[in-house]
Amino acid sequence: MTLMSHTKPYIRKKAVLIMYKVFLKYPESLRPAFPRLKEKLEDPDPGVQSAAVNVICELARRNPKNYLSLAPLFFKLMTSSTNNWVLIKIIKLFGALTPLEPRLGKKLIEPLTNLIHSTSAMSLLYECVNTVIAVLISLSSGMPNHSASIQLCVQKLRILIEDSDQNLKYLGLLAMSKILRTHPKSVQAHKDLVLQCLDDKDESIRLRALDLLYGMVSKKNLMEIVKKLMTHVDKAEGTTYRDELLTKIIDICSQSNYQHITNFEWYISILVELTRLEGTRHGHLIAAQMLDVAIRVKAIRRFAVSQMSALLDSAHLVASSTQRSGICEVLYAAAWICGEFSEHLQEPQQTLEAMLRPKVTTLPGHIQAVYVQNVVKLYAAILQQKERAADTQAAQEVTQLLVEQLPQFVQSADLEAQERASCILQLVKHVQKLQARDVPVAEEVSALFAGELNPVAPKAQKKVPVPEGLDLDAWINEPLSDSESEDEKPKAIFHDEEPRHAKQRPPEADEQELARRREARKQEQANNPFYIKSSPSPQKRYQDAPGVDHIPVVQIDLSVPLKVPGMPMSDQYVKLEEERRHRQRLEKDKRKRKKRERERRGARRHSSLHTESDEDITPAQRVDIVTEEMPENALPSDEDDKDPNDPYRALDIDLDKPLADSEKLPVQKHRDAETSKSPERQDIAVVEKKSKKPKRKEKKHKEKEREKKKKEAEKGVDLDFWLSTTPPAATPAPEEPGVNAAVASPKEEQEEPRGEEQDAAEDGEQDLEKKPSKHKKKKHKKDKEERSKDQKKSKKRAPPREGEAEPVENGALDEEPLPPMSSYSLLAENSYIKMTYDVQGSLQKDSQVTVSVVLENQSSSFLKNMELNVLDSLNARLARPEGSSVHDGVPVPFQLPPGISNEAQFVFTIQSIVTAQKLKGTLSFIAKNDEGSTHEKLDFKLHFTCTSYLVTTPCYSDAFAKLLESGDLSMSSVKVDGISMSFQNLLAKICFHHHFSVVERVDSCASMYSRSIQGHHVCLLVKKGEKSVSVDGKCSDSTLLSNVLEEMKETLAKC
Amino acid sequence: MIKAILIFNNHGKPRFSKFYQPYSEDTQWQIIRETFHLVSKRDENVCNFLEGGLLIGESDNKLIYRHYATLYFVFCVDSSESELGILDLIQVFVKTLDKCFENICELDLIFHVDKVPNILAEMVMGGMVLETNMNEIVTQIDAQNKLEKSEAGLVGAPARAVSAVKNMNLPEIPRNINIGDISIKVPNLPSFK
Repeated sequence: MTLMSHTKPYIRKKAVLIMYKVFLKYPESLRPAFPRLKEKLEDPDPGVQSAAVNVICELARRNPKNYLSLAPLFFKLMTSSTNNWVLIKIIKLFGALTPLEPRLGKKLIEPLTNLIHSTSAMSLLYECVNTVIAVLISLSSGMPNHSASIQLCVQKLRILIEDSDQNLKYLGLLAMSKILRTHPKSVQAHKDLVLQCLDDKDESIRLRALDLLYGMVSKKNLMEIVKKLMTHVDKAEGTTYRDELLTKIIDICSQSNYQHITNFEWYISILVELTRLEGTRHGHLIAAQMLDVAIRVKAIRRFAVSQMSALLDSAHLVASSTQRSGICEVLYAAAWICGEFSEHLQEPQQTLEAMLRPKVTTLPGHIQAVYVQNVVKLYAAILQQKERAADTQAAQEVTQLLVEQLPQFVQSADLEAQERASCILQLVKHVQKLQARDVPVAEEVSALFAGELNPVAPKAQKKVPVPEGLDLDAWINEPLSDSESEDEKPKAIFHDEEPRHAKQRPPEADEQELARRREARKQEQANNPFYIKSSPSPQKRYQDAPGVDHIPVVQIDLSVPLKVPGMPMSDQYVKLEEERRHRQRLEKDKRKRKKRERERRGARRHSSLHTESDEDITPAQRVDIVTEEMPENALPSDEDDKDPNDPYRALDIDLDKPLADSEKLPVQKHRDAETSKSPERQDIAVVEKKSKKPKRKEKKHKEKEREKKKKEAEKGVDLDFWLSTTPPAATPAPEEPGVNAAVASPKEEQEEPRGEEQDAAEDGEQDLEKKPSKHKKKKHKKDKEERSKDQKKSKKRAPPREGEAEPVENGALDEEPLPPMSSYSLLAENSYIKMTYDVQGSLQKDSQVTVSVVLENQSSSFLKNMELNVLDSLNARLARPEGSSVHDGVPVPFQLPPGISNEAQFVFTIQSIVTAQKLKGTLSFIAKNDEGSTHEKLDFKLHFTCTSYLVTTPCYSDAFAKLLESGDLSMSSVKVDGISMSFQNLLAKICFHHHFSVVERVDSCASMYSRSIQGHHVCLLVKKGEKSVSVDGKCSDSTLLSNVLEEMKETLAKC
Repeated sequence: MIKAILIFNNHGKPRFSKFYQPYSEDTQWQIIRETFHLVSKRDENVCNFLEGGLLIGESDNKLIYRHYATLYFVFCVDSSESELGILDLIQVFVKTLDKCFENICELDLIFHVDKVPNILAEMVMGGMVLETNMNEIVTQIDAQNKLEKSEAGLVGAPARAVSAVKNMNLPEIPRNINIGDISIKVPNLPSFK
């Protein structure tokens, strides 16, 4: 609290922000602290001010009404402040406040519009527009001048959307959709713009535009928009987006009861077109739409049936190509429509055959079941047709066909299909018998499926007022039992009734109709894949309840004929223009009729009221679905209020879908990348593992190395890089020639003899250094095993890690092969002998380094009895054979014929490794030639650099990060200018000469790791700039680090 | 309010993450993974906003991200933040990092794991934006670094003295006494600070 009034603004600022957390934790502190906080709003320092605004905004967002009192203060801030960040916050806050206080909104509009006009910052502009929209929404209507500000907003948004910046575009569309909710008209003017956005590359922008379109369609532009969408569907490459488009098309078309559709034939053909899409997941959606339209739009049935039968004919196309994708759901609808409205079929026989094709049995079970059921419906229709034509022969043929084909369904794996099929097979067999006796059966068979389906609003049942004395349970149960018992009865009454309904349309619907509708609703639900709640027995599903009359239903006054079926048959023109003209012609009389109707309908048509008011174009077909059948005198209930929400609910789903889908895709991608990488990675691990082997110990090792080399050669360049990062031990021969040609050439040739020599030496004399080396070998082996286990483990544990290494590998892959390098440097030279040496630390023995000295005989004499002695320092001592004193030398275990070189190793024990040091030493030998032998001496200075204490240790980036996180490393850095070497080579150099390994590499930046023989961690970050390289290092010992960096600087300076 | 700040590379490896709301470690991982999957499949030239109730349980969260070379900077914010404002903030953040580390690279985030949170803390505190002016931030960071160095000088001095003596190659002086002497002094020194 006191800090809040600290003299330093920096501290005040932080204190203010912290208060928010305090408030969250101790809400009771808010009241006492609030005045202080308020003061800070007027702090002279803008930083403090913005912090205070921040805090209050956060607080106010949770419960805005408590902060209404601050509004004037904020208002003042808003008009005076120039800090955009603060302004945005305030404006956002106002956006939250205005819904609570409309008067505030009125006051705000003016300064906001001023800001909109004046500001150049897009972010501020956007927030202003957003808040203005919020204000306008909260004001609802009633403000005379707000259309001007709406216009302004829309204009500005247009600028945003037209901007090339995708972000602005997106935000513009987002804000646009907010306006759309309240002022659809003003947005519709920008339809062109939105349609343009559909072509955008960005999927989220397209989705936003789609959302906007949803609100923008009208009767006039629906076809145009959908046509555009259809072309997009064709173009869309990603299935996700295509599915999204598909659902959007359907959503747009079907919104508020198909209010915008003027031509259902067009819609059906659109749906059929959609079925041709490959791999959509929304087959069931299309199917539901087809069913819905076919059931609810009577006039369209003929057309629908013809389309559907065509679809059934080409079922193999749909089903075979996309069996799993769900588009075959469409066949479900097609089969059902064809069966149910079989009277409209042109060639029922053909359709029947199509439905009985053996291929059908490959369809999913529930579709087969529908097929079976509808085959019988078709059959009934055909029978009737044939009998009417007195063509008994044909009728019997059809029966025969059925008897032959149905058994394939009886064998269906799906229970329901099987059950239905066997039932119907028996029925058909029975019919066959009757037919054989020349009994007319058509009437009775078709009676099975008599009756008409009517759409019923999903809420219809709830809206029916409960009549007095009606037991709801009985009311629901009775029809069920009825329908079960009366399967066999002929129901001719119903069939007769149907045409009568169509013709005369009694002004009052009777109970039957109502009950039937109810039944129909149940069926619809059953058919609707979204609505499967109860599963009525398959038998009764498609049979109309015959005994509906008995159902005790209240006498309800159905004041209007719900539909005028058949009348506008002539309007069925696919061509838009003709249709329009026709529509206009019709419009007049319809309007008249409508008026009449409306008078009579009264309150009943509440759901369609807005429909009529919004536009005057009358649909070509009289659509009885305009009101989904609501039971008359239905009570307008709260649930209706949800209706307008529906689109938003739909929106929610839409947004979710791509997300859900997206989760899958990238996962796969990721996996792929990983798996493809991992074998390589494993190889590398192998190499790494091998590289840890002590070298030059024995022939076997060499052989292995050679094998390894072969492998490496096969693996190509990328491994070269890896090789070079491993200790030089792993790559002895091939790298030496470049630098030390003199040594190498003989040496290479000599590898074999040398091995023999070593063998001999081993056999012959007790070699000092052989002992430790054997030891080491064993240890190495164990180590190797452990390590490889570790590596395996870590691989299993964290697969992403393998991915991590990718940057490094990738980096290695594409770059040029490395120049040969050698870590051997000249130790001393005279006319007899040349000494080169290399110092290697070993992790196995603490504080020990192995000095490998290559001795090359440069004379024509035979060199023997070589002995190396070093003047020990306190810090470094030569390991001598047991029993020998500090001043004794260590014999070199071989002799050198002229021109031959060989390598001897000496072990030193080091106390402190943080600094470099030099040891003086002497090599004494006897040179023997034809003239005799001489005793010779060669002095040298052994230089132990700090890097020589480092041991290349591979490190995973996770471990690396952990190490750095631990924080107990000291840091220092060097920078070297004027480096022209490629980063790749640079890294290799560091790896090679300084015994580091690359942890990760990204472009021209790499993190590296090494460990000293005493366990110090050394981490490096190497960055390459234009001409310079900077090396940041962290190490558990600062002296070691600075020494290593100094040495590194020298190396780099040579580059 | 800013809910979380995530930085990961093109391969989805998290380089830095800061959550301003308590989540379990598992959830944090999950969030990072999920976010990566969402963000990584987006093209370069699409907008930088993503919607979705990604952080468990909240739906008005938005992901605002920027992609720099190999790194994705993702800010997860709720509806009280301005989208474009946050985009600017990311820009400022990256510029500041670049200024502090010269030629910023993703490995800097790992290497300077101690400093990055400090820099961020100068900009965002407890999920709220503290400072958006880059110069201001850099000044504060520099001041901090200076302070740190002067402290390191004090603390590091005795250690350096010890190691210097240790490394002296003076066989005549008995080592143990020498070191013992100084190591006694070591604990005393920091108290002078």
